[in-house]
Amino acid sequence: MDEALQELGAHIAGNLAADISGYQVAYGELTVTARAEAIGRVLTFLRDDSNCKFTQLSDLCGADYPEREKRFDVVYHLLSPQLNQRVRVKVETDADTPVPSVIKLFSSAGWYEREAWDMYGILFSGNPDLRRLLTDYGFEGFPLRKDFPLTGYVEVRYSEEEKRVVYEPVKLPQDFRTFDFMSPWEGAQYILPGDEKAGGKEPVK
Amino acid sequence: MTDVSIQNYNINFGPQHPAAHGVLRLVLELDGEIVERADPHVGLLHRGTEKLIEYKTYLQAMPYFDRLDYVAPMNQEHAFVLATEKLLGLEVPKRGQYIRVLYSEIGRVLNHLLNLGSHGMDVGALTPILWVFEEREKLMVFYERACGARLHAAYFRPGGVHQDLPQQLLDDIYAWTETFPQLMEDFETLLVENRIFKQRNVDIGVVTVEEALDWGFTGVMLRGSGVAWDLRKAQPYECYNDMDFDIPVGRHGDCYDRYIVRLEELKQSLRIIRQCIEKMPSGPVSSVDRKVVPPKRGEMKRSMEALIHHFKLYTEGFRVPEGEVYAAVEAPKGEFGVYLVSDGSNKPYRCKIRAPGYAHLQAMDFLAKGHMLADIPAIIGSIDIVFGEIDR
Repeated sequence: MDEALQELGAHIAGNLAADISGYQVAYGELTVTARAEAIGRVLTFLRDDSNCKFTQLSDLCGADYPEREKRFDVVYHLLSPQLNQRVRVKVETDADTPVPSVIKLFSSAGWYEREAWDMYGILFSGNPDLRRLLTDYGFEGFPLRKDFPLTGYVEVRYSEEEKRVVYEPVKLPQDFRTFDFMSPWEGAQYILPGDEKAGGKEPVK
Repeated sequence: MTDVSIQNYNINFGPQHPAAHGVLRLVLELDGEIVERADPHVGLLHRGTEKLIEYKTYLQAMPYFDRLDYVAPMNQEHAFVLATEKLLGLEVPKRGQYIRVLYSEIGRVLNHLLNLGSHGMDVGALTPILWVFEEREKLMVFYERACGARLHAAYFRPGGVHQDLPQQLLDDIYAWTETFPQLMEDFETLLVENRIFKQRNVDIGVVTVEEALDWGFTGVMLRGSGVAWDLRKAQPYECYNDMDFDIPVGRHGDCYDRYIVRLEELKQSLRIIRQCIEKMPSGPVSSVDRKVVPPKRGEMKRSMEALIHHFKLYTEGFRVPEGEVYAAVEAPKGEFGVYLVSDGSNKPYRCKIRAPGYAHLQAMDFLAKGHMLADIPAIIGSIDIVFGEIDR
């Protein structure tokens, strides 16, 4: 299984040396990392080459890594029913650089790109219909970004006085609690309450 | 005579329309009765499942999957636990696998029954849905007897399933498989050769093989067009290798063929259910790796180590090695996939849910274009959408 994927990866790398930056096989899956501006060429090759035949785009999604310079990953999952193989293609981008849309290659990319825009604010150049999809009409912000709070910014209720639904800033009766399970013996980087007595530093709130 | 400018007529189909199968708002541009453009507005049931999962441990994240496609809850859980197990490198004991497959197939029957019934109702037949709901009720009782809940099961856990099944339950499920074919026969006499039903469905929403692949169709939407692609056969997971079943395919790729394929799949699921019960091995139902699977209560009363494991697993949860995987199952509606990224902590870093209905509904404009307004319910019925999984 893994050898077949290695072979496939080498085949892709051999043909697209300029467009991809590497490939790896992990957990029995092949991941190809490509340059964002070349994604159209990469997917065309994967779709049309007789050794690949990845004719279906099963999934396209974003992922956020805020500590990186190019913070977003766009992840394409392709399926080849003819050869019974899957491949994952990843490209990196940031909030301002658009990724070329692949809607001309796979019609299914349309809504997936809309969703990635809606959730992460990743731009896709060439998508004719890059509207918000899943969030509320008039929603602001990109909810799946790591810096977007889980509780969001607004809440809605029906106002009896105004006879309509009104939007208000979120009011939490109790502070939002996240428990982290980092062990102080295994490299937790922050100062715990009480530590300041030892070193004279301020504890984190 | 003066020139009259004729404007296309826009209508809002839903979000409160009974044939919209939930909260679909479909903006239709009509030229007379012909649909020129269909623009589905989704997201009215968006709950931010993917965001919530990022803040939950792996075990706490699992019940969210029941709430996606709530017509066949356990099939969704299956994809998530498979993804987690792939990252953990965890082996599921044989009995656990058989129970999972058994309940996945019961889920498939639940889903197809509802779809066949409601598809009939969408085009005007009221009786079938009443019949199928009676059967669905019996199946939900089987769900309840296994896990305690009719719908939100939370039964599949990383490493196996939550609890073992009593023999009486297996016997009752087997007894049900003997009475069910009679209902299927009666059911088929209602619609399959029904003239009105055929007029409403034959040659409606035709999809060719190339179009189906291009639009990301999976499951019945793909098989209805004649591709024998089924993940249970092509990329067998769990113990589907041991099962003997066929993949029904359609020929024309229209609503009617998809209906027939679903009917046939019911019978195949029934075969798998019987084989599962006949071959059900004995042994543990979940992995004995105590770093992932919590110990039984009895053990906790006697063993200090078991008590510590239990405490750690229900507070901190288990840590999953770094990496990313994509695990897919053949859910009743098509390929249900989970793309899971782990950063080595006890919570998923990113969990993308690939819902089959999402890809199918996206093609609504392509499917509906040129059809009559009255064909829209038939198309919506046959693409089998449930908003829990589309909006997530």
